[in-house]
Amino acid sequence: MQFMYQKLMGGKDGSVGFVLLAALILCIFPIFLDAFRLNLVGKYLTYAFPAVSLVLLWGYGGILSLGQGIFFGLGGYAMAMFLKLEASSPENTSIQSTPGIPDFMDWNQLTELPWFWVPFNSFTFTMIAVFVVPAVFAYLIGAAMFKRRVGGVYFAIITQVIAVILTVLIVGQQGFTGGINGITDLRTLNGWDMTSDSAKLLFYFINCFLLLGVIVFGRYLLTGKFGRLLLAMRDKEDRVRFSGYDVSNFKIFVFCVAAVISAIGGAMFTLQVGFMSPSFVGIVPSIEMVIFCAVGGRMSLIGAVYGALLINFGKTAFSESFPELWLFLMGGLFISVVMFFPNGLAGIWEKYGMKVVSKLKNVFSKRSILNQNSNAAST
Amino acid sequence: MGGYTYSELGAIFAMQGFAGISLFSVLLLMALGLAIIFGQMGVINMAHGEFMAVGAYTTYLISSITENYLPGFMPYYFFFAIILSFIISGLLGYLCEFALIRHLYKRPLDTLLATWGLSLIMQQGFRSIFGAREVSPTPPEWLLGSYQPTDIIDIPINGVFVLGLTALVTLAVFYLLFKSSWGLQVRATTQNRAMSGAVGINTKKIDRYTFALGCGIAGIAGAAFTTIASTGPTTGSLYIVDTFMVVVFGGAASLFGTIASAFSIAQAQSILEFFISGSMAKVYTLLTLVIILMFKPEGLFASKLRR
Repeated sequence: MQFMYQKLMGGKDGSVGFVLLAALILCIFPIFLDAFRLNLVGKYLTYAFPAVSLVLLWGYGGILSLGQGIFFGLGGYAMAMFLKLEASSPENTSIQSTPGIPDFMDWNQLTELPWFWVPFNSFTFTMIAVFVVPAVFAYLIGAAMFKRRVGGVYFAIITQVIAVILTVLIVGQQGFTGGINGITDLRTLNGWDMTSDSAKLLFYFINCFLLLGVIVFGRYLLTGKFGRLLLAMRDKEDRVRFSGYDVSNFKIFVFCVAAVISAIGGAMFTLQVGFMSPSFVGIVPSIEMVIFCAVGGRMSLIGAVYGALLINFGKTAFSESFPELWLFLMGGLFISVVMFFPNGLAGIWEKYGMKVVSKLKNVFSKRSILNQNSNAAST
Repeated sequence: MGGYTYSELGAIFAMQGFAGISLFSVLLLMALGLAIIFGQMGVINMAHGEFMAVGAYTTYLISSITENYLPGFMPYYFFFAIILSFIISGLLGYLCEFALIRHLYKRPLDTLLATWGLSLIMQQGFRSIFGAREVSPTPPEWLLGSYQPTDIIDIPINGVFVLGLTALVTLAVFYLLFKSSWGLQVRATTQNRAMSGAVGINTKKIDRYTFALGCGIAGIAGAAFTTIASTGPTTGSLYIVDTFMVVVFGGAASLFGTIASAFSIAQAQSILEFFISGSMAKVYTLLTLVIILMFKPEGLFASKLRR
């Protein structure tokens, strides 16, 4: 029990943070927000998955991936392909010239389902694909890069280029992917209406539990030997290699884990928002995920969630009322976080928040001692 | 490629090749600046495309001022625009280095993020000043038109002009880096920063001027860019990824590699575009590059440095 507590929750401080986050997303948001806003928060929380994955990959591993959108997109598209096939059953699409295939294929004069769409008729296959496809893709990229000791800015650029390739491919191959609009009009999951409020509430809670699970899993990885190796690799890669560890395998592993975590976020995004489009795959979303992580704190799994929530709240609020200011603000945020608060919100909390808390504790404990004294005196 | 005779194919290659020359010139100018900065300081400047846009907007401004106030000056304004683009972009780069980049030299990944933030601010700045609509300067008369050696081949004059400009700038950069005493200091700093400092080279000053020079060249790229396409707030970000690929593919510290890779990337894209759609041409080009880089991560012409 003690082992579990230390390892999964990160001791006292870690578990306080974890419980606070759980209370916020599981109780406070559902109680105080209406269905629309809650769905919005659910959407933001799906962005927290790639942000958390970047804490593992970038904060601890020192590997900056500017392509987490690739994996977010792969997970999201896998889910969307299944839902789209369900939505375009022959009865629903009887007005098309070829019934039974998704509408955008029909518009692009396709007459049969492309081969890579066929397995997505199966729910089990889709569920497996959400995890396996990004992992395999990440393994291929990671193996090719890390085995040849490509790292640092080169890796960042290559992942970014792959994100560009994937986006251009999705946009260009309209008939196979739905093009720039993405895969839309997803209504049912195994015959169950996804758009109703109760379904959305259920998805929200599934999303929250998955996120909390991912955080616990991340804690488990980081508190063990693996976490220490990651840190050592980040700071002095050569020394780890000289100690006899195969650095590239560890890097590939953490890259694959990060990819799968991002993909879960993507799949949950599709389920909650009801569509998937290339605008969540390319350069801009990928780099935004990095900024969620950086603002929240690149060394803090929980901080990354707050980072994702805060920036997205800000984005919604600002782009509604001052769309011009938002990009200035976002750019300024990038620069100031990097220059002045490299550890983000979590760093600020540790530096100043903890002091305040311990001061408050002192005040309270003094007062209680005084109370006890006065009680003792009165009796 | 079925259905074309050899002579037709030859003409297609020649024509698309000349069309690719404009792209090559812009990519090369962009990549020169980026490669100098990256080679010198290990800094990836994500805002490099925006410095190009500064040059393009400067050219636009000069063009509209000339058109409205000095119509007689129209044939010559472009040369002044090129010089001014260089100066303004260079000055902005100097300021950025001073205010931002120099604090982050020890953290190259963070520089990448900070300069991305800078690029967001600059993009919104362009949008606020010039509007979201794309603008293009009125080109001088002599830049328009084309030269036709045979009846199928058609060589645009602006492409030839831009190519000449690029050659001139490349030569100047070559001279600066390899023949001047300043270049000697730059190369010394690139190879061994600590030792260069020890023999009395002011490496911080070298960094600042190198960054300014790189941004200035991006400004010239912007001026050249106005002859082939119109400029919008996000123009720079469209070219930044291609430029990165040019630099990485060519081998970061090699001037010749940068030229060769800019040429091959621009030509591959331009010739492929004739046969398949533009987006697929881009996909194939980038994919080939990524695959080549996976086997040869140091790029085509790696410098023979021991690391």
